[in-house]
Amino acid sequence: MDIIGAQLVNGVSYGLLLFIITCGLSLVFGILGVLNLAHGSLYMFGAYLAYSLTVTYTQSFWIALLVAPIVVALIALVVERTLLRPTYHLGHLSQVLLTFGLAYVFHDIAKFVWGSNVLSITVPPIFSGSTSIFGQTFPVYRLIVIIVGIAIAVMLWLIQDKTRWGAIIRAGLSDKEMIGALGVNIKLVFTVVFVIGGVLAGFGGVVAAPILGIYPSMEFQTLILALVVLVIGGLGSIAGTLVASVLVGVVETFSRFLFPELSMFLIFGLMAIVLVFKPNGLLGKKVA
Amino acid sequence: MNVNKKLFMFFSLIFLVTLLAACGNSAIQSNSNSESSNTEESTEQQGENAGEGTIKVGSILPFSGVYASLGKDLSDGMKLYFDSVDWEVEGKTIELIEEDTEADPQIALRRVRKLMDQDNIDILTGAVSTAVAYAIRDDVDTNKLPYLASHAGGDDLTRGQRSDYIWRSSFSSWQIGHSMGEWAYENVGEKMYVAAADYAFGREVSAAFKDAYTAAGGEIVGEVYPPLGNNDYASYLTTISGVEADGVYGFFAGSDAVRFVQQYEQYGLKDKYTLVGSGWLVSEDLRESIGDAAEGIFASSFWDYSLDTVENQEFVAAYEEAYNRRPTVESLEGYDAARVIVEAISTLGGDVSDPDATVEAISNVTFTSPRGTIEFDKDTHHIIQNMYITETVIEDGRTENNVIHTIDSVQDPGE
Repeated sequence: MDIIGAQLVNGVSYGLLLFIITCGLSLVFGILGVLNLAHGSLYMFGAYLAYSLTVTYTQSFWIALLVAPIVVALIALVVERTLLRPTYHLGHLSQVLLTFGLAYVFHDIAKFVWGSNVLSITVPPIFSGSTSIFGQTFPVYRLIVIIVGIAIAVMLWLIQDKTRWGAIIRAGLSDKEMIGALGVNIKLVFTVVFVIGGVLAGFGGVVAAPILGIYPSMEFQTLILALVVLVIGGLGSIAGTLVASVLVGVVETFSRFLFPELSMFLIFGLMAIVLVFKPNGLLGKKVA
Repeated sequence: MNVNKKLFMFFSLIFLVTLLAACGNSAIQSNSNSESSNTEESTEQQGENAGEGTIKVGSILPFSGVYASLGKDLSDGMKLYFDSVDWEVEGKTIELIEEDTEADPQIALRRVRKLMDQDNIDILTGAVSTAVAYAIRDDVDTNKLPYLASHAGGDDLTRGQRSDYIWRSSFSSWQIGHSMGEWAYENVGEKMYVAAADYAFGREVSAAFKDAYTAAGGEIVGEVYPPLGNNDYASYLTTISGVEADGVYGFFAGSDAVRFVQQYEQYGLKDKYTLVGSGWLVSEDLRESIGDAAEGIFASSFWDYSLDTVENQEFVAAYEEAYNRRPTVESLEGYDAARVIVEAISTLGGDVSDPDATVEAISNVTFTSPRGTIEFDKDTHHIIQNMYITETVIEDGRTENNVIHTIDSVQDPGE
């Protein structure tokens, strides 16, 4: 029984880590309708920047946690303003191709700057200890990840549902022309949302780095899982992303525990089943 | 968003997911071709009209993709040795032609054919991925091209897939896994758990370990094979922590090794079970990233940075001076492969026109390498070498490996 409980904690922790990484992607897709395949690359930059900041310049995880997402947000700003904006009227295919191409460009830049070695980050001493739950030893950092994941979910929900900005964003999603006519600068809204997506990706990179490690092509590995979460949860739904992340985390953890050889297969199996019974994902918006 | 757009998004998404899952790595790898062709030109010691006075050595290594750092170390090691003989042997100039295999068997095969047909190479070396070595095996065999495998460790290359023209100066999976078995039984305990990455190499090494360990009298209480490139070991580690055992045998390399060793400590397993594995678990280029979690690991390898021999100290000093970083086991493999080639050419008096004479010369090469004395087994075409057990300790605030035990002249059984 204890081992089931311990695996459940593992699964929830892994799931919320996935949520922290995926929520920015989901937000951008939900509001801009842009499937940003370079999201994984922004996540990777967050991780690599955090490495540089903690190892060479400041030695502080906290500064990395603050600075890395801001730098990534600047990259996102430049990408949105210069590359993505002209594609809004061209449709999804060109956006997908553009961001996918960008992912390769970023991959080579990262390899050029940081080389192809495996890197890692150490967490601050207060997080680096272990604690005991269900008679099992757990790294404290994993439990912190659960708290951070829930905090981000609550924050995103509050912003979207309770603030004026959230109302504008939701309105912009439903009817771009109308909200433009009402005097809201919709282009600015899109830029802001894309930058927030960048902040979340960078933040996810920093938070995930101590657990998942930093190495070349880490972004593609993560992107696949993020897309699976996105599809299962329902495209563009933050609540769906949260549910799907935890579901994928728990299913993958338990499949590793019960059928270690099948774990990757079971995740894609889960996606297939969800798509068959709920083509819009678990909590996806109804097709209007 | 209207219905059609939504549907389109769905299909393109699913398509992309499958695409990424299926060929993620190979797609990534095709990026940096140009990089390798630059290295290629820079290493060519002679111009286009290199004629009679040159011996052409073809080298197939991954310079992009997941194994890129291994390819670079192998290449640097080779060049270090060729530099030390001024790229000359018996009055002939050595010309090294490097090709990027990207760890993809199909690409490797094309590169090898290019090396044979266009460059007319005399000797072939390299291959990090064993799948690459198997893929080129038949072409090498039918064209009678002397090939010295300098990394790829798949057992079968010098067993079922053996060829008159293929010799191996690196290691076999069997040597890596088997050498740890008896030692672990005598020094760690009677019950062990096995965790290895789920790919051919991980399976072969752990199978060899299990054979040797159970033959010595030990009992394997459980085993688990996480996928290669697995990003989180939490679930596996929780499973292992519920098991009665004295130690864990772990076979992981690269980023897998970093995560496994770090998480092994974080989940409190380090205090319960001794962790043993192969040299790649605590290799020179990973230990800095792993940090103190590597302390107390026992590993088996055929070379270690800390080996206290004159040959090794000279090699390490020369390598550090040339590249300003520590050599890895791959650097050593490249260095030794280059030396085997040079010594073979030397016995032939510089005449490599007859492939049968060339492989005969390779088979007779023996010398004291930085890893100890090496020679070839003429039956299996595989190297006979010492294996070392290392212990990772903390010295001056960083982890170092110490050689604590030597197993002399380990010979692959060849079947």
